[in-house]
Amino acid sequence: MTMVFEHFNFAVVIVLMMTGLFAVFASHNMIKKLVGLSVFQTSVFLLYISLSKVTGGRPPVLSKKELHGYGDSYAKAGDGADAAYKTVEKTAEIIYSNPLPHVLILTAIVVGVATLAIGLALVVRTREEYGSIEEDEIDAYNYQDNLEGVSR
Amino acid sequence: MNFLTPAFILDVGLLAMLVVVAFAVVRLRSLFAIVMLQGVYSLISAAWFVSLDAVDVAFTEAAVGAGISTVLMLGAMLLTEREVKPVPMRRQWAPLFIVVITGMAMFYAIGDMPVFGDPNSIANATLGVEYVEATKSQIIIPNVVSAVLASYRGYDTFGETVVVFVAGLGIVLLLGLNGNAGKWRAKPNGQDVSQIGAEDAS
Amino acid sequence: MKPQSKTRFKPMPERSENQHVILRVVAKLLIPLIAVYGLYVHFHGDYGPGGGFQAGVIFASSIILYALIFGLDEAKRVVPPSWIRIIMSLGVLVFGGTGVATWLLGGEYLNYTMFAPDSTHAAGQHWGIFAVEIGVLLTVTSVILAIFYAFGSRGGSRRGSHSPNPVDGDKS
Repeated sequence: MTMVFEHFNFAVVIVLMMTGLFAVFASHNMIKKLVGLSVFQTSVFLLYISLSKVTGGRPPVLSKKELHGYGDSYAKAGDGADAAYKTVEKTAEIIYSNPLPHVLILTAIVVGVATLAIGLALVVRTREEYGSIEEDEIDAYNYQDNLEGVSR
Repeated sequence: MNFLTPAFILDVGLLAMLVVVAFAVVRLRSLFAIVMLQGVYSLISAAWFVSLDAVDVAFTEAAVGAGISTVLMLGAMLLTEREVKPVPMRRQWAPLFIVVITGMAMFYAIGDMPVFGDPNSIANATLGVEYVEATKSQIIIPNVVSAVLASYRGYDTFGETVVVFVAGLGIVLLLGLNGNAGKWRAKPNGQDVSQIGAEDAS
Repeated sequence: MKPQSKTRFKPMPERSENQHVILRVVAKLLIPLIAVYGLYVHFHGDYGPGGGFQAGVIFASSIILYALIFGLDEAKRVVPPSWIRIIMSLGVLVFGGTGVATWLLGGEYLNYTMFAPDSTHAAGQHWGIFAVEIGVLLTVTSVILAIFYAFGSRGGSRRGSHSPNPVDGDKS
Protein backbone atom coordinates (compact mmCIF):
# COMPACT_ATOMS: atom_id res chain seq x y z
CA MET A 1 0.00 0.00 0.00
CA THR A 2 2.83 2.36 0.83
CA MET A 3 4.34 1.59 -2.55
CA VAL A 4 1.21 2.78 -4.31
CA PHE A 5 1.16 5.96 -2.23
CA GLU A 6 4.81 6.68 -2.86
CA HIS A 7 4.32 6.22 -6.59
CA PHE A 8 0.84 7.73 -6.83
CA ASN A 9 1.99 10.09 -9.59
CA PHE A 10 2.99 7.21 -11.84
CA ALA A 11 -0.19 5.27 -11.13
CA VAL A 12 -2.45 8.18 -12.05
CA VAL A 13 -0.35 9.25 -15.01
CA ILE A 14 -0.52 5.73 -16.44
CA VAL A 15 -4.31 5.82 -16.17
CA LEU A 16 -4.35 9.20 -17.94
CA MET A 17 -1.99 8.03 -20.66
CA MET A 18 -4.02 4.93 -21.34
CA THR A 19 -7.21 7.01 -21.46
CA GLY A 20 -5.64 9.20 -24.12
CA LEU A 21 -4.37 6.18 -26.00
CA PHE A 22 -7.83 4.65 -25.93
CA ALA A 23 -9.29 7.83 -27.37
CA VAL A 24 -6.73 7.58 -30.20
CA PHE A 25 -7.44 3.91 -30.89
CA ALA A 26 -11.15 3.64 -30.41
CA SER A 27 -12.55 6.82 -31.94
CA HIS A 28 -12.97 7.10 -35.68
CA ASN A 29 -13.38 10.85 -35.74
CA MET A 30 -10.07 12.44 -36.63
CA ILE A 31 -10.43 15.51 -34.42
CA LYS A 32 -11.30 13.33 -31.46
CA LYS A 33 -8.26 11.23 -32.26
CA LEU A 34 -6.11 14.36 -32.16
CA VAL A 35 -7.65 15.42 -28.85
CA GLY A 36 -6.82 11.97 -27.51
CA LEU A 37 -3.28 12.34 -28.77
CA SER A 38 -3.06 15.71 -27.05
CA VAL A 39 -4.30 14.21 -23.77
CA PHE A 40 -1.74 11.43 -24.14
CA GLN A 41 0.99 13.96 -24.81
CA THR A 42 0.09 16.12 -21.81
CA SER A 43 0.13 13.01 -19.62
CA VAL A 44 3.66 12.24 -20.76
CA PHE A 45 4.60 15.79 -19.78
CA LEU A 46 3.09 15.14 -16.36
CA LEU A 47 5.20 11.98 -16.04
CA TYR A 48 8.42 13.80 -16.81
CA ILE A 49 7.74 16.77 -14.59
CA SER A 50 6.65 14.62 -11.67
CA LEU A 51 10.01 12.83 -11.93
CA SER A 52 11.82 16.12 -11.45
CA LYS A 53 10.02 17.09 -8.23
CA VAL A 54 12.12 17.17 -5.09
CA THR A 55 10.26 17.21 -1.78
CA GLY A 56 10.79 20.54 -0.08
CA GLY A 57 12.45 21.90 -3.19
CA ARG A 58 11.99 25.29 -4.75
CA PRO A 59 11.39 26.23 -8.37
CA PRO A 60 14.79 26.37 -10.13
CA VAL A 61 15.11 30.14 -10.02
CA LEU A 62 18.24 31.06 -8.09
CA SER A 63 18.41 33.87 -5.59
CA LYS A 64 20.69 36.67 -6.67
CA LYS A 65 23.00 36.13 -3.71
CA GLU A 66 23.92 32.71 -5.00
CA LEU A 67 25.21 34.00 -8.31
CA HIS A 68 28.95 34.48 -8.44
CA GLY A 69 30.02 38.06 -9.07
CA TYR A 70 26.50 39.38 -8.62
CA GLY A 71 26.13 38.87 -4.90
CA ASP A 72 28.09 41.93 -3.75
CA SER A 73 26.32 44.52 -5.82
CA TYR A 74 22.91 43.16 -4.97
CA ALA A 75 23.75 42.85 -1.28
CA LYS A 76 24.60 46.55 -1.19
CA ALA A 77 21.34 47.40 -2.87
CA GLY A 78 19.70 45.41 -0.11
CA ASP A 79 16.37 44.89 -1.83
CA GLY A 80 13.65 43.39 0.29
CA ALA A 81 13.26 40.30 -1.85
CA ASP A 82 16.56 38.96 -0.64
CA ALA A 83 15.60 39.24 3.00
CA ALA A 84 13.45 36.16 2.62
CA TYR A 85 16.33 34.22 1.17
CA LYS A 86 18.63 35.20 4.01
CA THR A 87 16.49 33.49 6.62
CA VAL A 88 16.22 30.38 4.50
CA GLU A 89 19.94 30.26 3.91
CA LYS A 90 20.66 30.46 7.59
CA THR A 91 18.59 27.44 8.44
CA ALA A 92 19.40 25.08 5.59
CA GLU A 93 20.82 24.94 2.14
CA ILE A 94 18.19 25.63 -0.49
CA ILE A 95 17.30 22.64 -2.62
CA TYR A 96 15.91 23.12 -6.10
CA SER A 97 13.80 20.84 -8.21
CA ASN A 98 15.57 19.30 -11.17
CA PRO A 99 15.58 21.87 -14.01
CA LEU A 100 16.53 19.47 -16.80
CA PRO A 101 13.12 17.81 -17.42
CA HIS A 102 11.57 21.27 -17.31
CA VAL A 103 13.70 22.33 -20.27
CA LEU A 104 12.86 19.22 -22.26
CA ILE A 105 9.13 19.56 -21.67
CA LEU A 106 9.12 23.32 -22.24
CA THR A 107 10.29 22.88 -25.81
CA ALA A 108 8.17 19.75 -26.26
CA ILE A 109 5.00 21.70 -25.50
CA VAL A 110 5.65 24.30 -28.19
CA VAL A 111 6.68 21.68 -30.72
CA GLY A 112 3.58 19.72 -29.70
CA VAL A 113 1.23 22.53 -30.63
CA ALA A 114 3.03 23.04 -33.94
CA THR A 115 2.67 19.38 -34.88
CA LEU A 116 -0.92 19.38 -33.63
CA ALA A 117 -1.60 22.22 -36.04
CA ILE A 118 -0.13 20.15 -38.89
CA GLY A 119 -2.45 17.30 -37.96
CA LEU A 120 -5.46 19.61 -37.87
CA ALA A 121 -4.48 21.05 -41.25
CA LEU A 122 -4.41 17.54 -42.69
CA VAL A 123 -7.84 16.90 -41.18
CA VAL A 124 -9.21 20.08 -42.77
CA ARG A 125 -7.82 19.10 -46.18
CA THR A 126 -9.21 15.58 -45.79
CA ARG A 127 -12.60 17.03 -45.06
CA GLU A 128 -12.45 19.21 -48.15
CA GLU A 129 -11.46 16.27 -50.31
CA TYR A 130 -13.75 13.58 -48.90
CA GLY A 131 -16.51 15.52 -47.22
CA SER A 132 -16.03 13.62 -43.99
CA ILE A 133 -13.60 13.22 -41.13
CA GLU A 134 -14.84 9.81 -40.04
CA GLU A 135 -12.39 7.10 -40.94
CA ASP A 136 -15.09 4.57 -41.81
CA GLU A 137 -16.66 6.85 -44.39
CA ILE A 138 -13.29 7.71 -45.93
CA ASP A 139 -12.43 4.02 -46.12
CA ALA A 140 -15.76 3.25 -47.72
CA TYR A 141 -15.24 6.05 -50.22
CA ASN A 142 -11.77 4.79 -51.13
CA TYR A 143 -13.12 1.25 -51.45
CA GLN A 144 -15.84 2.47 -53.77
CA ASP A 145 -13.26 4.31 -55.82
CA ASN A 146 -11.15 1.20 -56.14
CA LEU A 147 -14.13 -0.88 -57.23
CA GLU A 148 -14.91 1.60 -59.96
CA GLY A 149 -11.31 1.65 -61.04
CA VAL A 150 -10.93 5.37 -60.60
CA SER A 151 -7.39 6.36 -59.88
CA ARG A 152 -7.04 9.67 -58.18
CA MET B 1 5.96 8.74 6.10
CA ASN B 2 2.94 10.93 6.56
CA PHE B 3 0.85 11.29 3.45
CA LEU B 4 -1.89 13.59 4.63
CA THR B 5 0.04 16.79 3.99
CA PRO B 6 -1.72 19.68 2.23
CA ALA B 7 0.58 19.28 -0.77
CA PHE B 8 -0.35 15.63 -1.15
CA ILE B 9 -4.05 16.36 -0.88
CA LEU B 10 -3.68 19.11 -3.50
CA ASP B 11 -1.81 16.78 -5.84
CA VAL B 12 -4.37 14.01 -5.48
CA GLY B 13 -7.22 16.47 -5.98
CA LEU B 14 -5.76 17.87 -9.18
CA LEU B 15 -4.99 14.39 -10.50
CA ALA B 16 -8.53 13.26 -9.73
CA MET B 17 -9.85 16.20 -11.74
CA LEU B 18 -7.55 15.23 -14.59
CA VAL B 19 -8.85 11.66 -14.58
CA VAL B 20 -12.47 12.85 -14.61
CA VAL B 21 -11.80 15.22 -17.51
CA ALA B 22 -9.92 12.56 -19.50
CA PHE B 23 -12.75 10.04 -19.08
CA ALA B 24 -15.25 12.70 -20.11
CA VAL B 25 -13.23 13.35 -23.28
CA VAL B 26 -13.48 9.66 -24.17
CA ARG B 27 -17.18 9.41 -23.42
CA LEU B 28 -18.52 12.61 -24.99
CA ARG B 29 -19.71 12.94 -28.55
CA SER B 30 -20.05 16.70 -28.99
CA LEU B 31 -16.82 17.91 -30.55
CA PHE B 32 -17.20 21.36 -29.00
CA ALA B 33 -17.34 19.87 -25.51
CA ILE B 34 -14.39 17.59 -26.28
CA VAL B 35 -12.25 20.47 -27.49
CA MET B 36 -13.11 22.67 -24.52
CA LEU B 37 -12.41 19.82 -22.10
CA GLN B 38 -9.01 19.40 -23.73
CA GLY B 39 -8.32 23.03 -22.80
CA VAL B 40 -9.53 22.34 -19.26
CA TYR B 41 -7.22 19.33 -19.12
CA SER B 42 -4.25 21.47 -20.12
CA LEU B 43 -5.15 24.13 -17.57
CA ILE B 44 -5.40 21.63 -14.70
CA SER B 45 -2.07 20.13 -15.78
CA ALA B 46 -0.60 23.63 -15.67
CA ALA B 47 -1.89 23.98 -12.11
CA TRP B 48 -0.21 20.72 -11.18
CA PHE B 49 3.03 21.83 -12.83
CA VAL B 50 3.09 24.80 -10.45
CA SER B 51 2.69 22.42 -7.57
CA LEU B 52 5.62 20.42 -8.98
CA ASP B 53 7.88 23.52 -8.98
CA ALA B 54 7.96 23.66 -12.80
CA VAL B 55 6.86 27.27 -13.14
CA ASP B 56 8.22 27.73 -16.66
CA VAL B 57 6.46 24.64 -17.90
CA ALA B 58 3.22 25.66 -16.21
CA PHE B 59 3.45 29.04 -17.90
CA THR B 60 3.94 27.48 -21.31
CA GLU B 61 1.27 24.87 -20.84
CA ALA B 62 -1.28 27.47 -19.76
CA ALA B 63 -0.48 29.72 -22.72
CA VAL B 64 -0.05 27.04 -25.38
CA GLY B 65 -2.11 24.07 -24.27
CA ALA B 66 -5.08 25.89 -22.82
CA GLY B 67 -4.96 28.92 -25.11
CA ILE B 68 -3.56 28.39 -28.57
CA SER B 69 -4.35 24.72 -29.13
CA THR B 70 -7.95 25.22 -28.01
CA VAL B 71 -8.35 28.06 -30.49
CA LEU B 72 -6.79 25.91 -33.23
CA MET B 73 -9.01 22.95 -32.49
CA LEU B 74 -12.09 25.16 -32.43
CA GLY B 75 -11.06 26.55 -35.81
CA ALA B 76 -10.57 23.08 -37.25
CA MET B 77 -13.88 21.99 -35.75
CA LEU B 78 -15.70 24.89 -37.38
CA LEU B 79 -14.22 23.89 -40.73
CA THR B 80 -15.24 20.26 -40.35
CA GLU B 81 -17.93 18.78 -38.12
CA ARG B 82 -19.65 19.30 -34.79
CA GLU B 83 -20.60 15.78 -33.77
CA VAL B 84 -18.70 12.57 -33.44
CA LYS B 85 -20.47 9.64 -35.04
CA PRO B 86 -20.94 6.84 -32.49
CA VAL B 87 -18.56 3.92 -32.69
CA PRO B 88 -20.25 0.54 -32.25
CA MET B 89 -19.34 -1.30 -29.08
CA ARG B 90 -17.94 -4.32 -30.91
CA ARG B 91 -15.24 -2.13 -32.42
CA GLN B 92 -14.12 -0.81 -29.03
CA TRP B 93 -13.13 -4.11 -27.43
CA ALA B 94 -9.83 -4.52 -29.26
CA PRO B 95 -8.55 -1.03 -28.38
CA LEU B 96 -9.69 -1.53 -24.79
CA PHE B 97 -7.82 -4.82 -24.64
CA ILE B 98 -4.61 -3.28 -26.01
CA VAL B 99 -4.84 -0.32 -23.66
CA VAL B 100 -5.46 -2.48 -20.59
CA ILE B 101 -2.55 -4.80 -21.43
CA THR B 102 -0.22 -1.84 -21.99
CA GLY B 103 -1.38 -0.21 -18.77
CA MET B 104 -0.82 -3.43 -16.80
CA ALA B 105 2.71 -3.71 -18.19
CA MET B 106 3.43 -0.13 -17.14
CA PHE B 107 1.95 -0.70 -13.69
CA TYR B 108 4.26 -3.68 -13.34
CA ALA B 109 7.22 -1.36 -13.97
CA ILE B 110 6.17 1.22 -11.36
CA GLY B 111 8.13 -0.50 -8.59
CA ASP B 112 11.41 0.28 -10.33
CA MET B 113 10.70 3.99 -10.58
CA PRO B 114 12.03 6.47 -8.00
CA VAL B 115 9.72 7.53 -5.21
CA PHE B 116 7.77 10.74 -5.82
CA GLY B 117 9.81 13.73 -4.66
CA ASP B 118 12.91 11.67 -3.93
CA PRO B 119 15.91 14.04 -3.71
CA ASN B 120 18.32 11.11 -3.99
CA SER B 121 17.04 9.60 -7.21
CA ILE B 122 19.72 9.37 -9.86
CA ALA B 123 18.26 12.07 -12.08
CA ASN B 124 17.69 14.56 -9.27
CA ALA B 125 20.87 13.98 -7.26
CA THR B 126 23.43 14.11 -10.05
CA LEU B 127 22.75 15.88 -13.32
CA GLY B 128 20.10 18.31 -12.10
CA VAL B 129 22.26 19.53 -9.24
CA GLU B 130 25.23 19.82 -11.57
CA TYR B 131 23.35 22.12 -13.90
CA VAL B 132 22.21 24.30 -11.00
CA GLU B 133 25.73 24.57 -9.62
CA ALA B 134 27.28 25.27 -13.03
CA THR B 135 24.73 27.99 -13.77
CA LYS B 136 25.75 29.84 -10.61
CA SER B 137 29.29 30.36 -11.83
CA GLN B 138 29.18 29.94 -15.61
CA ILE B 139 26.00 31.58 -16.89
CA ILE B 140 25.13 33.77 -13.88
CA ILE B 141 21.45 34.28 -14.58
CA PRO B 142 18.86 33.40 -11.95
CA ASN B 143 16.57 31.26 -14.09
CA VAL B 144 18.29 27.91 -14.46
CA VAL B 145 15.71 26.73 -16.98
CA SER B 146 16.54 29.62 -19.31
CA ALA B 147 20.25 28.99 -18.86
CA VAL B 148 19.98 25.31 -19.75
CA LEU B 149 17.52 26.00 -22.55
CA ALA B 150 19.48 28.68 -24.33
CA SER B 151 23.07 27.91 -23.45
CA TYR B 152 23.83 24.37 -22.30
CA ARG B 153 21.23 22.80 -24.54
CA GLY B 154 21.42 25.41 -27.27
CA TYR B 155 21.59 22.78 -30.00
CA ASP B 156 18.37 21.21 -28.76
CA THR B 157 16.61 24.54 -28.71
CA PHE B 158 17.87 25.32 -32.19
CA GLY B 159 16.45 22.01 -33.34
CA GLU B 160 13.12 22.77 -31.68
CA THR B 161 12.99 26.19 -33.29
CA VAL B 162 13.60 24.61 -36.69
CA VAL B 163 10.84 22.08 -35.98
CA VAL B 164 8.43 24.90 -35.17
CA PHE B 165 9.52 26.69 -38.34
CA VAL B 166 9.03 23.57 -40.46
CA ALA B 167 5.62 23.04 -38.91
CA GLY B 168 4.72 26.60 -39.89
CA LEU B 169 5.95 25.93 -43.41
CA GLY B 170 3.85 22.79 -43.55
CA ILE B 171 0.76 24.74 -42.51
CA VAL B 172 1.44 27.38 -45.14
CA LEU B 173 1.80 24.66 -47.78
CA LEU B 174 -1.26 22.69 -46.68
CA LEU B 175 -3.71 25.52 -46.09
CA GLY B 176 -2.05 28.72 -47.24
CA LEU B 177 -1.80 31.93 -45.27
CA ASN B 178 -4.85 33.29 -47.07
CA GLY B 179 -6.66 29.97 -47.13
CA ASN B 180 -6.05 29.38 -50.81
CA ALA B 181 -3.62 26.45 -50.91
CA GLY B 182 -4.84 23.55 -52.99
CA LYS B 183 -7.39 25.69 -54.81
CA TRP B 184 -5.20 26.56 -57.74
CA ARG B 185 -5.66 24.52 -60.89
CA ALA B 186 -3.44 24.59 -63.95
CA LYS B 187 -5.30 25.86 -67.01
CA PRO B 188 -3.22 25.35 -70.15
CA ASN B 189 -4.73 27.26 -73.10
CA GLY B 190 -7.56 28.38 -70.86
CA GLN B 191 -8.84 24.83 -70.44
CA ASP B 192 -9.67 23.52 -67.00
CA VAL B 193 -7.72 20.28 -67.13
CA SER B 194 -8.95 18.92 -63.82
CA GLN B 195 -12.55 19.35 -64.96
CA ILE B 196 -11.89 17.29 -68.10
CA GLY B 197 -10.28 14.58 -65.98
CA ALA B 198 -13.30 14.48 -63.73
CA GLU B 199 -15.63 14.06 -66.72
CA ASP B 200 -13.54 11.23 -68.10
CA ALA B 201 -13.64 9.50 -64.77
CA SER B 202 -17.41 9.57 -64.51
CA MET C 1 -24.03 14.93 -45.11
CA LYS C 2 -24.26 17.48 -42.39
CA PRO C 3 -24.79 21.07 -43.44
CA GLN C 4 -21.58 22.92 -43.18
CA SER C 5 -21.19 25.72 -40.74
CA LYS C 6 -21.50 29.30 -41.77
CA THR C 7 -19.45 30.46 -38.81
CA ARG C 8 -15.97 31.79 -39.27
CA PHE C 9 -13.38 33.23 -36.98
CA LYS C 10 -15.00 36.55 -37.70
CA PRO C 11 -17.79 36.87 -35.17
CA MET C 12 -18.55 40.46 -36.16
CA PRO C 13 -20.89 40.63 -39.15
CA GLU C 14 -20.78 43.83 -41.15
CA ARG C 15 -24.49 44.46 -40.96
CA SER C 16 -24.60 45.51 -37.31
CA GLU C 17 -21.91 47.91 -36.29
CA ASN C 18 -23.02 48.24 -32.71
CA GLN C 19 -22.87 44.61 -31.71
CA HIS C 20 -20.39 43.53 -29.06
CA VAL C 21 -19.55 47.04 -27.93
CA ILE C 22 -18.36 45.80 -24.55
CA LEU C 23 -16.20 43.14 -26.18
CA ARG C 24 -14.61 45.70 -28.46
CA VAL C 25 -13.90 48.20 -25.71
CA VAL C 26 -12.51 45.60 -23.34
CA ALA C 27 -10.41 44.08 -26.12
CA LYS C 28 -8.98 47.46 -27.04
CA LEU C 29 -8.02 47.85 -23.41
CA LEU C 30 -6.54 44.39 -23.09
CA ILE C 31 -4.64 43.93 -26.34
CA PRO C 32 -1.84 46.42 -25.62
CA LEU C 33 -1.53 45.03 -22.11
CA ILE C 34 -1.19 41.49 -23.42
CA ALA C 35 1.41 42.57 -25.98
CA VAL C 36 3.44 44.44 -23.37
CA TYR C 37 3.12 41.50 -21.01
CA GLY C 38 4.50 39.25 -23.73
CA LEU C 39 7.51 41.52 -24.10
CA TYR C 40 7.94 41.59 -20.31
CA VAL C 41 7.90 37.81 -20.21
CA HIS C 42 10.48 37.74 -22.96
CA PHE C 43 12.96 40.21 -21.53
CA HIS C 44 12.43 39.02 -17.97
CA GLY C 45 13.03 35.41 -18.95
CA ASP C 46 16.52 35.42 -17.46
CA TYR C 47 15.27 36.41 -14.04
CA GLY C 48 12.02 34.57 -13.63
CA PRO C 49 9.76 32.17 -15.45
CA GLY C 50 9.52 33.09 -19.08
CA GLY C 51 11.52 33.22 -22.26
CA GLY C 52 11.16 33.27 -25.99
CA PHE C 53 8.72 30.37 -26.34
CA GLN C 54 6.17 31.68 -23.85
CA ALA C 55 6.57 35.29 -24.92
CA GLY C 56 6.04 34.35 -28.56
CA VAL C 57 2.80 32.59 -27.75
CA ILE C 58 1.53 35.43 -25.56
CA PHE C 59 2.44 38.08 -28.11
CA ALA C 60 0.76 36.11 -30.88
CA SER C 61 -2.32 35.61 -28.73
CA SER C 62 -2.72 39.38 -28.44
CA ILE C 63 -3.01 39.60 -32.22
CA ILE C 64 -5.26 36.54 -32.27
CA LEU C 65 -7.55 38.30 -29.81
CA TYR C 66 -7.59 41.29 -32.14
CA ALA C 67 -8.55 39.02 -35.03
CA LEU C 68 -11.30 37.34 -33.01
CA ILE C 69 -12.91 40.62 -32.05
CA PHE C 70 -12.36 42.82 -35.10
CA GLY C 71 -12.19 40.21 -37.84
CA LEU C 72 -9.39 38.43 -39.62
CA ASP C 73 -9.10 40.98 -42.42
CA GLU C 74 -8.44 43.76 -39.93
CA ALA C 75 -5.76 41.64 -38.26
CA LYS C 76 -4.18 41.01 -41.64
CA ARG C 77 -3.85 44.73 -42.07
CA VAL C 78 -2.02 44.93 -38.75
CA VAL C 79 0.32 42.01 -39.45
CA PRO C 80 0.28 41.21 -43.18
CA PRO C 81 0.80 37.54 -44.12
CA SER C 82 3.80 38.50 -46.22
CA TRP C 83 5.59 39.70 -43.08
CA ILE C 84 4.90 36.42 -41.37
CA ARG C 85 6.76 34.39 -43.94
CA ILE C 86 9.76 36.69 -43.61
CA ILE C 87 9.76 36.87 -39.81
CA MET C 88 9.34 33.11 -39.53
CA SER C 89 12.56 32.44 -41.38
CA LEU C 90 14.28 35.48 -39.85
CA GLY C 91 13.93 33.95 -36.39
CA VAL C 92 15.66 30.73 -37.42
CA LEU C 93 18.33 32.79 -39.14
CA VAL C 94 18.94 34.85 -36.00
CA PHE C 95 19.34 31.68 -33.95
CA GLY C 96 21.59 30.01 -36.48
CA GLY C 97 23.44 33.24 -37.16
CA THR C 98 24.31 33.54 -33.47
CA GLY C 99 26.01 30.19 -33.74
CA VAL C 100 27.85 31.24 -36.88
CA ALA C 101 28.94 34.46 -35.17
CA THR C 102 30.49 32.54 -32.29
CA TRP C 103 32.13 30.34 -34.87
CA LEU C 104 33.67 33.32 -36.62
CA LEU C 105 34.85 34.69 -33.28
CA GLY C 106 36.90 31.56 -32.78
CA GLY C 107 34.72 29.43 -30.53
CA GLU C 108 32.51 26.41 -31.02
CA TYR C 109 29.05 26.67 -32.52
CA LEU C 110 26.78 28.44 -29.98
CA ASN C 111 29.63 28.99 -27.51
CA TYR C 112 28.42 32.38 -26.29
CA THR C 113 31.45 33.06 -24.13
CA MET C 114 33.18 34.23 -27.31
CA PHE C 115 31.08 37.42 -27.31
CA ALA C 116 32.91 38.67 -24.23
CA PRO C 117 35.76 36.29 -23.37
CA ASP C 118 37.27 38.46 -20.63
CA SER C 119 34.07 39.19 -18.74
CA THR C 120 34.01 38.19 -15.08
CA HIS C 121 30.25 37.94 -14.86
CA ALA C 122 29.61 35.99 -18.04
CA ALA C 123 28.45 38.91 -20.15
CA GLY C 124 29.04 36.88 -23.29
CA GLN C 125 26.56 34.26 -22.12
CA HIS C 126 24.01 36.99 -21.42
CA TRP C 127 24.38 38.44 -24.92
CA GLY C 128 24.20 35.01 -26.51
CA ILE C 129 21.08 34.01 -24.60
CA PHE C 130 19.52 37.36 -25.48
CA ALA C 131 20.18 36.90 -29.20
CA VAL C 132 18.98 33.32 -29.23
CA GLU C 133 15.79 34.17 -27.37
CA ILE C 134 15.05 36.91 -29.90
CA GLY C 135 15.27 34.29 -32.63
CA VAL C 136 12.94 31.96 -30.75
CA LEU C 137 10.49 34.81 -30.11
CA LEU C 138 10.34 35.80 -33.79
CA THR C 139 9.84 32.25 -35.03
CA VAL C 140 7.27 31.20 -32.45
CA THR C 141 5.22 34.40 -32.78
CA SER C 142 5.04 34.24 -36.55
CA VAL C 143 4.42 30.49 -36.73
CA ILE C 144 1.52 30.71 -34.28
CA LEU C 145 0.10 33.61 -36.28
CA ALA C 146 0.62 31.71 -39.54
CA ILE C 147 -1.26 28.74 -38.14
CA PHE C 148 -4.09 30.98 -36.98
CA TYR C 149 -4.29 32.84 -40.29
CA ALA C 150 -4.31 29.57 -42.21
CA PHE C 151 -7.17 28.08 -40.21
CA GLY C 152 -9.06 31.33 -39.90
CA SER C 153 -9.12 32.23 -43.57
CA ARG C 154 -9.71 28.70 -44.86
CA GLY C 155 -13.47 28.80 -44.71
CA GLY C 156 -14.06 32.22 -46.21
CA SER C 157 -12.80 31.70 -49.71
CA ARG C 158 -13.99 28.15 -50.13
CA ARG C 159 -17.63 28.31 -51.06
CA GLY C 160 -18.72 30.26 -54.07
CA SER C 161 -15.26 30.28 -55.55
CA HIS C 162 -14.03 28.01 -58.29
CA SER C 163 -13.73 24.55 -56.85
CA PRO C 164 -13.57 21.76 -59.41
CA ASN C 165 -13.89 19.10 -56.74
CA PRO C 166 -17.32 18.99 -55.17
CA VAL C 167 -16.76 19.40 -51.47
CA ASP C 168 -19.78 17.81 -49.94
CA GLY C 169 -19.04 14.20 -50.64
CA ASP C 170 -21.33 13.68 -53.64
CA LYS C 171 -18.51 12.17 -55.63
CA SER C 172 -19.21 8.52 -54.95
